[in-house]
This record gives sequence, structure tokens and C-alpha cells, in this order.
Amino acid sequence: MTAPAAEAVQARDLEKSYGEWPVLWNLDLSVPWGQTLVLFGANGAGKTTLLRILATHVRADHGSIAVAGHNLRTQPEEVRRRIGVVGHRSLLYDDLTCKENLVYYGRLYGLKDHKPRVEEVLAKVELSSRADHRVRTLSNGMQKRAAIARAILHQPDVLLLDEPEAGLDLESVSILGTLLAEWTDSGRSVVMTTHDLDLGLSWGHRAGVLHGGKVNFPDAKLQNAGNGVSLGVTDGEIRQAVAEALKTGR
Amino acid sequence: MAPVLVIVWKDILLELRSRDLVVSVLVFGLLVVVVFNFALNNAPGRAEQLAPGILWAAFAFAAVLAMNRAFVRDQEQGGLEGLLISPVSRDAIFFGKALTSLIFMLLIEAALLPVYAVMLDFSALSFNLILTIFLGTLGFAVVGTLFSAMAAQTRSREIMLPVLFFPVVLPVIIAAVEASTRAVGGETLIGLGRWLPLIGVFDALFLVVCPWVFAYVVEE
Repeated sequence: MTAPAAEAVQARDLEKSYGEWPVLWNLDLSVPWGQTLVLFGANGAGKTTLLRILATHVRADHGSIAVAGHNLRTQPEEVRRRIGVVGHRSLLYDDLTCKENLVYYGRLYGLKDHKPRVEEVLAKVELSSRADHRVRTLSNGMQKRAAIARAILHQPDVLLLDEPEAGLDLESVSILGTLLAEWTDSGRSVVMTTHDLDLGLSWGHRAGVLHGGKVNFPDAKLQNAGNGVSLGVTDGEIRQAVAEALKTGR
Repeated sequence: MAPVLVIVWKDILLELRSRDLVVSVLVFGLLVVVVFNFALNNAPGRAEQLAPGILWAAFAFAAVLAMNRAFVRDQEQGGLEGLLISPVSRDAIFFGKALTSLIFMLLIEAALLPVYAVMLDFSALSFNLILTIFLGTLGFAVVGTLFSAMAAQTRSREIMLPVLFFPVVLPVIIAAVEASTRAVGGETLIGLGRWLPLIGVFDALFLVVCPWVFAYVVEE
């Protein structure tokens, strides 16, 4: 991990519109080190846009963002070095094998000794036996696991995950859950979006609801749960509060 | 390995797997010269007049066909997005893609040139001709990479690329045809006149402007 800034992610007064359509509006967000922030929101609420802005792939119209202390506008390459992204697409090449894809990304990220690291991340997502298989021959779930391996390859400080559970079977979801727990235990942070309340609340340290261009934290208990303790799927009150916020936007 | 070379390595590996670009462009290039050969009734003695024009028409069309594919594989599963969110400068991405296109086009031209020389009855073993082809192709690759990146983001990619590409590379094509005519005619390097430096000037201009514009093209 790099020398820690005060927050893993800090966004202030963020605004983004597509034409006349405002998606994010005066959005403030901070993610402490060692925590997973789970973002819920209806379709079109701006979850993916927010993650794409944090990933430096989309430029915000207004506002400032710092990732691991690096300003996204003035130090984009430093930010890119410190983030790992899992989106709706795998960002892998279908005609390359899993290993070749990871070697390619390892070289892009300037990893000195990438071969053992490639083996390590493939083992982590349980794809060692498929290392030499072309990505196009893998199932959707396996491709998602390969995409997760790509995202963690360079040991980023912050993982940005857009509905990472989509297309994963129960076993793969469990692998991802374990990986995320290890990730935050080592002091790194995660920002993820999901539509799965139970899963999101069990993985997240904080839960936010994106509505009206802003992130709302519907329950004070969620905000105070910054001690690394999982919120727990059985906490009906929290679940209720988030579900209510999703309906009402408050 | 420098990021530019990493991108080239990846693209060559992908092409070796599929072989869809080089093979299809090669076949297209052969068909072009066959069609021109019959259409223009290339009688003996007219080679010096006709061959350079046919050569560059074929190379230009082949370049468009090749450039149309330049970003296709990167678009399929978000490979370009993967590149854009990696800590690699936009310039490195641009030059990586342009170098790959240059290598592919030069390979295709190297395979086509002897065939053209036989069919159109001219000598391909001319340093001046090869230098002209290299400089012209460099211009194609640099401009083509920029417009291919632009066109890849539109729905009508196949139409957009030639519409954008040909007007901009027209000075290079004209200069390349003129220089090639003199090279085929046995002129010395000095005998090529202002045409070769003209290609060089356009190449230099493209090498400065295109990477700069590319950074804005790929920005969302």
C-alpha cells in the first residue's frame, strides 16, 4: 500500500450531466481506509457514472476528487495506478488466455516480477486450472472472476466494483466476499455498487443510497459502523432503512 | 517493457491468433491490383505512368480496411477502457496503436509489392521507392489511428473512417504517387524533388497533432 492520505476516496461538490440531464449534483463522498462503501440506487441513479468518474474514465463537470491523496484532475496517472476496476465488461481480450491477459495488464502497470503475481491472483479467484484457456472459452462467471483477478493484479489501494456479483454463482460470490474482506483487513478500501441489499449490507461497512444526484446515508448506524465490523444481513432495521431510502430517496 | 511495446505485443499476439486482418487485407490488395490491371489496360511501356497510381490507390484502400479493424478488438470487451484506466499516457496508447498499424501495413505492402511489380511491370528493388512507401505508410498509420479511434465510437464506423481519412491524407497520397513515379523511373533521391520532403513534413505534422487530438477523442 502507498503512504495513506486522510481518506482513501474524497469527492467534493461533484457534478456531472449528460446534455441537459443532471446525473450527479453537489455530491460529497468520503471513503475511509479499510472500509467498503456499498452504493445502492435505482437504475439510472448515477452509480455507474460515479464509479466511472472515480476510475478516471469519465470527466466530471465540476468538483474535486482525490484518490489515495492524489488529485484526479491533476494526477490522473497516479490515481490510475492506485485503483482497480471491475465493471460490466471484463476489459479482457477474448482471444488471449487468462494468463496472457494478466501478463499484458501486469506489464501495463509496470509490475517488475509479474509472473508469480499472475499465478497468485489466478489462484485467488480459483482460475489456475484455466490459466491457459482463452477468455472466450470461459463461462460468464469465470470471465468475471478473471476480471476481478485483473483488477487486483497490481494491488491497488482502492477497488471500484460495479455490481461485481452479477453473473457469479454462489461459490464465486463467496470467493469475492472473502477477497473483499481480506482487502479491507489489509487497510485498503472498496467502493462498490449493487442491487442486492442482503449481499451489499453483508459486505459493506457503510451503505449509501444514490438518489437525486447525491449519496444519502439513510441510517446513522450505517455511518457509525466504521470499525470494520460487517453490518450483517440479519440487521432488519438497517435493511429496512436502506430499502426505504431507495423508495423515497431520503 | 515500455507501454508502447506492450500494446504492440498484445496486438500482434491477437492478430496471430485470428489472422483476420492481415489475410483479408492481403486478399483485398491483390484483388485491387487485378481489377486495376484489367480496367486500365496496362499495356507494356505505360508502367511508369500507371503503376504508382495503382500502387497507392491499393495501399490507401488497404490502409482504410486495416485501420477499420484497429480498435475493433479493443472495443469488444472493453480493452480500450482497460487501457484508458491503466497508468499509461494517452500518447503511449496512441503510439502503440499507430506502431502496430504501421507494422501490419508494412508487412502487407511487403507481400503485395513483388506481386504488383510483376503484374504492373516495374522494378520494386528501388531504395527510393521503398523509402517513399515507408514514409507514406507512416502518414497513413498515424492519421488512420486517430480517425479509427474517432470512428470506433460511432455507429457507422466503416463509413466514417474513409470519409475522415482520405481528405486529410490526400496530400500524402499525391506526394507519394509523384515520388513513386520518379522512383520507378529510376530517378535518384535528389531527383524525387520536393515530393519526398513533403511527405516527411506531413508525417511530422501528423506525429505532433494526432496524439494531441487523440487524448481528447478518447476522453468521455
